[in-house]
Amino acid sequence: MALLGIRDLAVSFRTRRGTVEAVRGVSLEVGRGETLAIVGESGSGKSVTSYALMRILDAGGTIKAGEAVYGGVDLRRASEREMSDIRGREISMIFQNPRAALNPIRKVGRQLEDVLLRHGRATRQDAKARAIEAMEAVRIRDAAQRYHAYPFELSGGMCQRIVIALALACEPKLLIADEPTTGLDVTTQKAVMDLVAELIRERHLSAVLITHDLGLAAAYSDRVAVMRHGEVVERGTAEELFARPRHPYTRKLVAATPREGVGVRELLPPEVRTPPPPARPIGAPLLQVRELVRSFPGKQGSVKAVDRVSFEVCDAESVGLVGESGCGKSTTSAMIVRLLDPTSGQILFEGEDIAATPAKRFPRDPRRARLQMVFQDATDSLNPRWTARACIADPLARLGDLSGSARRDRVEELADLVGLPRELLDRFPHQLSGGQKARVGIARAVALEPKLLILDEPTAALDVSIQATVLNLLVDLKARLGMSYLFVSHDLHVVRLLCDRIVVMRAGRIVEQGPTDRVMSAPESDYTRSLLDAVPVPPAQGAEAPAPDPDTGQAQGAPPPRAAAS
Amino acid sequence: MAAGRLRTVVSRVAQAIPVVIGVVVVTFLLTRMLPGDPAAYFAGAAADAQSIAEIRTALGLDRPLHEQFVFYVGDLLQGDLGQSISTGQPVAVELARRLPASLELTLLALLLSCAVALPLGILAATRPGSLADHACRVLVTAGVSLPTFFTGLALIYVFYYLLGWAPAPLGRLDFVYLEPPRVTGFFLIDAALIGDWQTWWGALRQIVLPAVTLALFTLAPLARMTRAAMLQALSSDFVRTARAAGLRRSTVLYTYAFRNALLPVITTLGMVFSFTLGANVLVEKVFAWPGIGSYAVDALVVSDYAAVQGFVLTMALLFVALNLLIDIAYTLIDPRIGFDG
Repeated sequence: MALLGIRDLAVSFRTRRGTVEAVRGVSLEVGRGETLAIVGESGSGKSVTSYALMRILDAGGTIKAGEAVYGGVDLRRASEREMSDIRGREISMIFQNPRAALNPIRKVGRQLEDVLLRHGRATRQDAKARAIEAMEAVRIRDAAQRYHAYPFELSGGMCQRIVIALALACEPKLLIADEPTTGLDVTTQKAVMDLVAELIRERHLSAVLITHDLGLAAAYSDRVAVMRHGEVVERGTAEELFARPRHPYTRKLVAATPREGVGVRELLPPEVRTPPPPARPIGAPLLQVRELVRSFPGKQGSVKAVDRVSFEVCDAESVGLVGESGCGKSTTSAMIVRLLDPTSGQILFEGEDIAATPAKRFPRDPRRARLQMVFQDATDSLNPRWTARACIADPLARLGDLSGSARRDRVEELADLVGLPRELLDRFPHQLSGGQKARVGIARAVALEPKLLILDEPTAALDVSIQATVLNLLVDLKARLGMSYLFVSHDLHVVRLLCDRIVVMRAGRIVEQGPTDRVMSAPESDYTRSLLDAVPVPPAQGAEAPAPDPDTGQAQGAPPPRAAAS
Repeated sequence: MAAGRLRTVVSRVAQAIPVVIGVVVVTFLLTRMLPGDPAAYFAGAAADAQSIAEIRTALGLDRPLHEQFVFYVGDLLQGDLGQSISTGQPVAVELARRLPASLELTLLALLLSCAVALPLGILAATRPGSLADHACRVLVTAGVSLPTFFTGLALIYVFYYLLGWAPAPLGRLDFVYLEPPRVTGFFLIDAALIGDWQTWWGALRQIVLPAVTLALFTLAPLARMTRAAMLQALSSDFVRTARAAGLRRSTVLYTYAFRNALLPVITTLGMVFSFTLGANVLVEKVFAWPGIGSYAVDALVVSDYAAVQGFVLTMALLFVALNLLIDIAYTLIDPRIGFDG
């Protein structure tokens, strides 16, 4: 018998604009010792399903119908008292955004103690020792010292270990992991997921892995269920699902996942694919960064966030700047786009040193228009009280020479260019979807027809299918407007789709740079290799992909880490 | 960690010093800029120009401003705030007697207010849209929209005139009792210290009505802020983690949510406290409370500059001390602050 059985589960939320059916008749089973992955994009109801199981839905959410049975207990009808005994002791959860998931003003050790004491796993006398044991169980070194740390003093990966320790402290039988690695670096993601997989195996746990990342689901689960709009559209083993996706949505999702040997156009469903734009020949250097240094005052003297970085971006070229958080890539791009002054070094743009103009004065510099940026978070980078039209018109008003109706026409032209329906122009950011907001951000950046566009993780917050369309839009725009790109990202597989060359940064320095194919296939630096290896690779794709070369097909179909380890 | 926090506390104290100096300068200049001539007041209506000039010389008002300032600061350092013209008493002595009266009233009012507002806010936040939530809203709106003199008069009318439960609203203590020996200046504490429970009871009966009046008025911002901060804390990720770990409802509510919600509540408490201390003049007038507010108003009416100057300085210093206290409380509650500082 399955450990957890969900039948026809329906969850709805009462909102100001009526009832929203978040989950509509979901049936799932998780066997003992089995890991089930639930895959879906935002709004698919995958997280809500798990919250409903734990009965920790937000206010206004209710289980409308169906049942969820865990080890013979009906979770829907259990009393609140029974549920609070089950939570943490029988079923426990780990969450995304681990730093926010921990109480910011309580020592992490004390938070562990709270859970241990609650479920009778420790007494007041031995609580501290038990908490330290729980931290050691998730491979935290110097656990006795970390016991006294507050969440803000720990890295994201370390916070996630604490959250895992919290979840596993009372030896539950079922672990629900809700996007456990979203927002973490790829190498951290791998470390955390490997740890989770190891603990699951060691303790014979059953697990539900909720993720938007198909590669992650394939690598760390036995079976996969794909959800969309609150329904399960397809289920099967990861290999089956990737090789022969039956449902059109699964097919679209599989296709949109960036992976080896697939071009940017192939991410899109075949019916909307257009031929790729003609490639412009790569020209003379447009941007030359020379010996760029930026140091910040730290506790022990100054810290070099960027240390003698040199690279160039030529006309019509796309260069990827890759690295993990804290490697200095964002500082570098902020200096290039002239939001931050370098400590030393040159930034030659079209032959002139723009670093000579202080960042404070650069907004009024005529070259501002030729050097623009698309920001990481489409929501946070738009003024919430401005309409899309006002956002796009702003650079035109400040730096352009258009006024009145000409400017209005230009805004509509730009909206067409980025594929934003004109009727959405008068909406506010909160009335737009993530993809639409990304388009507004892009339209604003290209409004003045810049020569160089700096893209700071422009798709990091987007679902894969939206990411696929936005990436293709960027490819088209680059050809149409004759731009060059500096693409800043932590994701090598996304960078590969767009870029001719890749620059890999680590701890403020460039560890490697070269043509994309060479860096991806034969990295010179061990660090680049570890980055590449850390990305979970979805299994080979079957009917959908254009017949793969048998060798690479073999390579992609290699057993996923979980299978390899067991 | 602890050393970091200590350093933050010390630096906050150090930051208060220039503020205090600024306050002294501004108070001095402010009183010198007020219209009217203290020398003419001192001399009285029948004085001629010569005697006014003599008094001016005696008071040191004919010296240049910076010399006057040096004298002023010198007096201040000796604890001399000058003499009140209307009462003839040293200002420092009068303030020392009246400030505890105001503080006792305000503190008790805030204590009452917190005792009601915090549970009410928490209750409203845990059950948004429920009856408790609506009741909270009604009480809060009523408390803030009724002026204090009205609430005060209404309470006197009901509890003194109609029911006869409360004593006559005539100051801090009925004349049948003797003032307890002065230790803190707070009658409730001083009476308790010597175990004179009869006087204690008498003082309590006097203070209840004005304190309730003030409490009703200060209830609103505290309850609202508690509700809002709790709502935010309860919807945060770490509360979800705590719930998912099966922690008891009380642990989730108090150890996790409320402690985080406390930060904005303390800020509001500080603001309400400083505001109330200055604004309880009306209550003091209605209940004939011999506080610092009514003293200042009386002094202003008769252009008693030394008294006004003393009042402004005292209040300013009190505000500085209060802000310091809040900053330190913040540092103690939130470990992140010591790190940034």
